[in-house]
Amino acid sequence: MTARRMALIFGALLCLAAEADPAERLADPAAEARARALFQETRCLVCQGQSIDDSEAPLAHDLRQIIRGQIAAGHSPGQVRAFLTARYGDYVLLRPPLSPANALLWAGPFLVGLLGLGLLFGRYRRANATPPLSSDEAERLAALESDDGPRQSGK
Amino acid sequence: MTAEFGQFALALALGLSLVQVLLSVVGRVRRNAVLTGAGEGAALAAFACIAIAFGCLIWAFVSSDFSVTNVAENSHTEKPLIYKIAGAWGSHEGSMLLWCFALTGYGAAVAHARGLPWSLKALTVATQGALGVLFIGYMVFASNPLLRLAQPPIEGRSLNPLLQDPALAAHPPFLYAGYVGLSVVFSLAVAALIEGRIDAAWARWVRPWALAAWSLLAVGITLGSFWAYYELGWGGWWFWDPVENASLMPWLTATALLHSAVVTEKRGALAAWTAFLAICAFTLSMLGAFLVRSGVLTSVHAFAVDPKRGLLLLGILGVAAGTGFGLFAWRAPLLKDQSAFAPISRESTLVFNNIVLAAVTTTVLAGTLWPLILDALGKQGGVGAPYYNLVVGTLMAVAFIILPAGPLLPWKRGDALGVSQRLTVAAGLALVAGLAVFALVEPRKAVASIGVGIGVWLIAGAVTEIVERAHGFRAPWAESLRRLKSLPRGAWGMSLAHFGLGLFVMGAAYEGAWKIESTEVLTAGGHLNLGAYHLTLDGVTDRLGPNYDAQHGVIRVTDAAGALVCEAGPERRTFATGGQTTSKVAICPKGLDDIYIVLGERRVADGGGASSWLVRSYVHPWVHLIFLGPLLMALGGALSLSDRRLRLAPGRRREALA
Repeated sequence: MTARRMALIFGALLCLAAEADPAERLADPAAEARARALFQETRCLVCQGQSIDDSEAPLAHDLRQIIRGQIAAGHSPGQVRAFLTARYGDYVLLRPPLSPANALLWAGPFLVGLLGLGLLFGRYRRANATPPLSSDEAERLAALESDDGPRQSGK
Repeated sequence: MTAEFGQFALALALGLSLVQVLLSVVGRVRRNAVLTGAGEGAALAAFACIAIAFGCLIWAFVSSDFSVTNVAENSHTEKPLIYKIAGAWGSHEGSMLLWCFALTGYGAAVAHARGLPWSLKALTVATQGALGVLFIGYMVFASNPLLRLAQPPIEGRSLNPLLQDPALAAHPPFLYAGYVGLSVVFSLAVAALIEGRIDAAWARWVRPWALAAWSLLAVGITLGSFWAYYELGWGGWWFWDPVENASLMPWLTATALLHSAVVTEKRGALAAWTAFLAICAFTLSMLGAFLVRSGVLTSVHAFAVDPKRGLLLLGILGVAAGTGFGLFAWRAPLLKDQSAFAPISRESTLVFNNIVLAAVTTTVLAGTLWPLILDALGKQGGVGAPYYNLVVGTLMAVAFIILPAGPLLPWKRGDALGVSQRLTVAAGLALVAGLAVFALVEPRKAVASIGVGIGVWLIAGAVTEIVERAHGFRAPWAESLRRLKSLPRGAWGMSLAHFGLGLFVMGAAYEGAWKIESTEVLTAGGHLNLGAYHLTLDGVTDRLGPNYDAQHGVIRVTDAAGALVCEAGPERRTFATGGQTTSKVAICPKGLDDIYIVLGERRVADGGGASSWLVRSYVHPWVHLIFLGPLLMALGGALSLSDRRLRLAPGRRREALA
């Protein structure tokens, strides 16, 4: 538990340090909502896996103000994301982008699912197909069909 | 003296575990029942020793014996008694002792269990003993909870105030009982692989242990989540924190195991897969312990703080899991799968469940380990809640849509049309619920409405299953009632668990989408609007707690008509020892919803006027379902566990079924 506790306590302390100030909100509720949606998918780089929406670290506060500023200036969420990744790298996004480096992360679970389904369907097909006779069985069948017993067939 | 006595008991337990392994293995090889019986005795004795050591540690905490390092670092004389006791497992060393207490306890329970074939039991006890040697050895040599301090302090450093909470005091015991319960399943799999026989009877022995561990783990995870919800004051209940993930992965695997074990038990199929899951489940438990204990995930640098322990735990994980998976690779090809089944059959739905759960576990594992993988490649990165919610949500939704059909389908070959007819009512209810939520709840959200619909689908499916079994609406009422009374508890347990899952899905979908938040700076007498509610801050007073000072706010909550809903008393508490400040959230339950109020920091106005406080408030609609659902699932597991069919010998069981 220690690590989790440390993480949560650390976060909780930051939370208590300075809480979101209503005075900083954008006047236009629609713009504020767009900014808020971005906060929720932006990593607070100095906290433990929190978004800047949850965190009250000074850096999170600064990032919120920067994002609000850009939204107020009429930038689209896509442009803001591009700005953030140019500045901090992909790490800043809590939802990793679809990129070759992240392909395994996004595709992995679905590949596991497909692999399982493939095995399942393979099983159905095996169960449906009557297995062909093994050479041993074929020999025995041939021996039974001929008048001679199996021993004589070996001549 | 008690600490030394406890240390001696620990060392003795290590020796006894070694003896347990040796006697059981030699007894099995020589086919000597006296030796294996002695091995079982050693398992009981090892448990007794660990229990004594654990008792000694608790006593050191209760009596505030600060000459013990662990007590000095984690306790304080002013702490209430319950948190002194809970402090015993609040630290790394103490929690490892709790882990070993559970491990040897399960070992003793297996040694005491009846009905297992002699040879399988001997090897299970041996494996359990080997796990005991690894973990007790780690504790004795690298993480001893009972070490003395040369110069004991007068006062201890106290347990972190956030952890002084009833839910969190109970959280580790449940969680560890669940984690470690999976060790028995692991040992049974290892023993059966060595014996080279995994059949229906083996699956039946696995099931009660898996059920118990699964239920306890569910309670443990729910308690942790509940604690995070009301104690942290962040207004959330699941953060996809690496440590939460570490507890979720074994639970997901245990869920898959429960379902595949049913197929192995009833149809003799999937034997190898069930054994594989049994090994995976405990491996993920150990991985969780390693990830949490080593601190490797919190920060890659924290690993360097105590690399010895991290490496040792990694070594234990490698030895135990490596042995398990190695044995599996070697022996599993020998296992025969006897029975075939059609695409539309109960087996197929259970296999499908397993495929999805495997994919979900992969998601959580990949997301949790992603920062480490990237770090190894020299990059920085990680994933957060949006990734998990999207991938896990999508995968689970597919499984949930299939789920209600499973119990209604017969084994081997089923009839899709018949099942869809029997589920028509459930499907209709789900559709109506989804559409109603979509049409009536503002703002409109399609995905969350589908989520609520899926929840209703699961609930209606669980009810349909019971009604079908009772021949409801087809047979006379008296007949249905009679059938209902004679339904096995296992059937009730399954339906209850699926019902609970449905409640959880409804709650999670609804709360996630329609949570309302409102934050304002208020002076005394000020008010804010929170959805349909109206909050007024009457004032803030100072209060004294047992080991803290508090600012106690009084906030009146009224509804749209002006009627009083409740009077909330959120607090900010400052603890004298350590000087930490925490929030005591005030929660007003209202039906299924919570009105959740946090008193923030005080702001003194520049002109020296009246001071004001930041007030954060939320409405968490249907949040009670989120915690009620998993508890019902655990209750379903317990009910299933109490089914007498699980305790009957195979021959007699067939009679009971007939």
